[in-house]
Amino acid sequence: MSPLLEVRDLSTQFATRNGPLKAVDGVSFTLAEGEIIGLVGESGSGKSVTGFSILGLVDPPGRITGGSVKLAGRELVGLPASELRRIRGREIAMVFQDPSATLNPVLTIGTQMQLALEAHERIGAAAMQDRCVAVLTRVGIPDAARRLDAHPHQFSGGMRQRVAIAIALLNRPRLIICDEPTTALDVSIQAQILTEMRSLAEESRTAVIWISHDLATVSSIASRLLVMYAGRIIEEGPIAAVLRQPHHPYTAGLLASLPARAEPGTDLVQIPGSTPSLFDLPPGCAFQPRCGFRTAACTIMPDLVPTGMGRSHRCHHPLGEIPA
Amino acid sequence: MLGFMIQRLLQALVVMLVISALVFIGVYAVGNPIDVLISPDATQAIREAAIKAYGLDQPLWKQYLDFLARLVRGDFGRSFIYNMPVLDLIASRIPATLELTLVAVLGATFLGVPLGMYAGYRPDSVLAKIIMTVSIFGFSVPTFWIGLVLIFTFAVQLGWLPAGNRGDTATLFGVEWSLLTANGWKHLLLPALNLSLFKFAMMVRLARAGTRETMLTDTVRFARAAGESEFTILRRHVLRLIAIPIVTVFGLEFGSTMAFAVVTETIFSWPGVGKLIIDSISSLDRPVMVAYLMLVAFFFIIINLLVDLSYAALDPRLRTRRAT
Amino acid sequence: MSATTPLARFWDDFRANTLAVIALGVVIAIVLIALAAPLIAPQNPYDLATLVLTDARRPPGFVGSKGFTHWLGTDAQGRDLLSAILYGLRISIQIGILAGVIAFGIGATLGTFAAYFGGRIEALIMRIIDLQLSFPAILLALVLAALLGQGKGPLIAALVTAQYAYFARTAHGAASAERSKDYVEAALSTPLSPRRVVFRHILPNCMPPLIVVATVQIANSIALEATLSFLGLGLPVSEPSLGMLIANGFQYMLSGRYWISIYPGVALIILIVAINLVGDQIRDQLNPRLRR
Repeated sequence: MSPLLEVRDLSTQFATRNGPLKAVDGVSFTLAEGEIIGLVGESGSGKSVTGFSILGLVDPPGRITGGSVKLAGRELVGLPASELRRIRGREIAMVFQDPSATLNPVLTIGTQMQLALEAHERIGAAAMQDRCVAVLTRVGIPDAARRLDAHPHQFSGGMRQRVAIAIALLNRPRLIICDEPTTALDVSIQAQILTEMRSLAEESRTAVIWISHDLATVSSIASRLLVMYAGRIIEEGPIAAVLRQPHHPYTAGLLASLPARAEPGTDLVQIPGSTPSLFDLPPGCAFQPRCGFRTAACTIMPDLVPTGMGRSHRCHHPLGEIPA
Repeated sequence: MLGFMIQRLLQALVVMLVISALVFIGVYAVGNPIDVLISPDATQAIREAAIKAYGLDQPLWKQYLDFLARLVRGDFGRSFIYNMPVLDLIASRIPATLELTLVAVLGATFLGVPLGMYAGYRPDSVLAKIIMTVSIFGFSVPTFWIGLVLIFTFAVQLGWLPAGNRGDTATLFGVEWSLLTANGWKHLLLPALNLSLFKFAMMVRLARAGTRETMLTDTVRFARAAGESEFTILRRHVLRLIAIPIVTVFGLEFGSTMAFAVVTETIFSWPGVGKLIIDSISSLDRPVMVAYLMLVAFFFIIINLLVDLSYAALDPRLRTRRAT
Repeated sequence: MSATTPLARFWDDFRANTLAVIALGVVIAIVLIALAAPLIAPQNPYDLATLVLTDARRPPGFVGSKGFTHWLGTDAQGRDLLSAILYGLRISIQIGILAGVIAFGIGATLGTFAAYFGGRIEALIMRIIDLQLSFPAILLALVLAALLGQGKGPLIAALVTAQYAYFARTAHGAASAERSKDYVEAALSTPLSPRRVVFRHILPNCMPPLIVVATVQIANSIALEATLSFLGLGLPVSEPSLGMLIANGFQYMLSGRYWISIYPGVALIILIVAINLVGDQIRDQLNPRLRR
């Protein structure tokens, strides 16, 4: 069976005064129908730009400079704007980080849902109302019929994000890209939304790309993990296996810095140094200046090596047992 | 809402009191107050009789109270030049100014906002650059000079349009309007164009700046991610978001356009209040000056009140905050 | 080629807009020409003795009785228009800058102190300023000019009164934002005098928006001065500013003698448009919401 989404060598650059900036540099991965993958990295690692690139929503001065994105076998890169527009929302939807910034503050949520629906189909007022109420109820908004006339500011942060998710679900997309959708929310609400999102995806067989800087959040929803660093994927694999034994030292560093993994009373482990500027990447492996396993070989860019069991890594000195 | 309105009305009352005091000091107390009340040609005996009659031998605070009392009764005195009650004189001139201002502001808004939105949406396009060049000229070139050029071009050289006066008028609700006759429109066109150019430039700039900023927000990204067309996004999301400053400016500018009509009316001999005030300043017809100032202040306070109320209508966030 | 200091970076960005660079050049050139007017003008337009009435209202290119060519023609008094324009620019720039600087000083001080003290004082000052801002500047200037009489002093007073409020509100907005920032709280918790905090810490951070307002307001002052002079409420006839030259030419325009009004107007417009283009570019560069 062909995968739902197939990303090959995707590269996105931003033209800046200091020359082109490679925000996404040769990213490849596939996603099956109904699968949930986590895309993890620090800010500036290119994870959000990857999400926007899939949708063809990179704002100038950025643009996709190479590679391909195939949705159910159909190439999206290079599609005319009108074709892309028809795919957005109906085939691939997106949820953003801050619901108070994404929802239009001066329109009722009913109007905003109506606009999202009308973008893809002509539908009568009564049918539209039913659809909206059904979706809002599904994402856990009580008394949905009455709340259609409410404005975003009349909802709490968590409820607002549920509305945004409802809008994303409205046209029954096959893939939802979630760009840190719980980061701006309280921890308790984060957990609720994670659980709900997971069951929603399972029910409707919707695939999800969950973008986050937080390994802990991702591990509770995704089945597979992609780790990005400086625009590249550096490790990939089933989430349980990666968490048990990361191969890339950067992934290991991320794991070690999780508070839940630390012994009580000890300091959290930090990755030394800071994320390199994309203008000023070291030769070879971008992580090598911060890496404790660095050797002379690391000044040559390692390939993303598949090691079986769906795992791969981009490191000359992988950690743990690598099956031959 | 009611409490808010009462509060604003009380504020307006205080402001009117302050302005009346300033006008009193400005026009009556500075210079010889008797000049305000009777013609400079009057004989000494009449002067002294008038000083007594108007209580100018009284202390200043008493005089101010009398002045207020007369204002409240609507007694603004008589114009020396036209020898008729000032209030009637101004009332007879208001329709001319009103129709001129109305045509100018409406024209500027309905043309300026869409063009400005386009310039903000595609800031690097040739059309946007043309729009912005026109607007920067409209913004920079003094109204009076444009008026001269318009007269020279269309009235003197081409002879297409008349250069002054209202032309034929028709009566509606007991008031004469140039708007109702073809000949009146011909007379109205040049002055309205002259008066609207500055407002047009302002609307263009406002709409452009608002659109440019709004296009970069997550609200627009989210709408795009939902597959809404660019036209829908501009018309339903962006226009609503930039409407608040535009309505404010529309209201405030309506007032200041009436003020700017002073210049246009002088150039085009348009018999409105603006021409009246310039004539009365040059002929030292002080009762007309006082009445004009008080009326303009009153008018501005009403406009501010209306703008505040329309804010509440346009921005739902404000509405609830004030209701509670 | 990445620039090092903020100012150099600013100039780099500025240079990218060719139009703005040209405009800046034009502004500098006009200011220099206006300063040098007494040296380069063919005639002193204020010296009534040099005016020859038979030379009045002559078209551009006319060779006058004094033997030199009036490249832009002559006005109703027989003044060489080119000279009158050069001197007029001088007055316009002088008044525009003077009014702008005074309004800047009063407005910025008032706005910053209002933001600094807060409470009732702030509410009162800002209420007055908002009120004044809702009132059109041209009317205010018109009334003041009418009440105060003609002359440079009253005219500048009228312009300042009409414009200081813009500076005050901008300074207040910027200073309130600064006031709530941590570094001001930190500076206040040290034994520095409040005045020092305002002038050394808050005010410098409010400068960028104030500079934008200043460019716009100087251009506005110049336009407003011309308008008032056109309406006969500005400078006395003995010192013809550009506005008055235009006003004097108005009556002759209807008989086709366009040059008396048109050329001073063109000079005025070039100056104002150039200032506004420079101001526009600075504004776009300083707008953090457009930065990427």
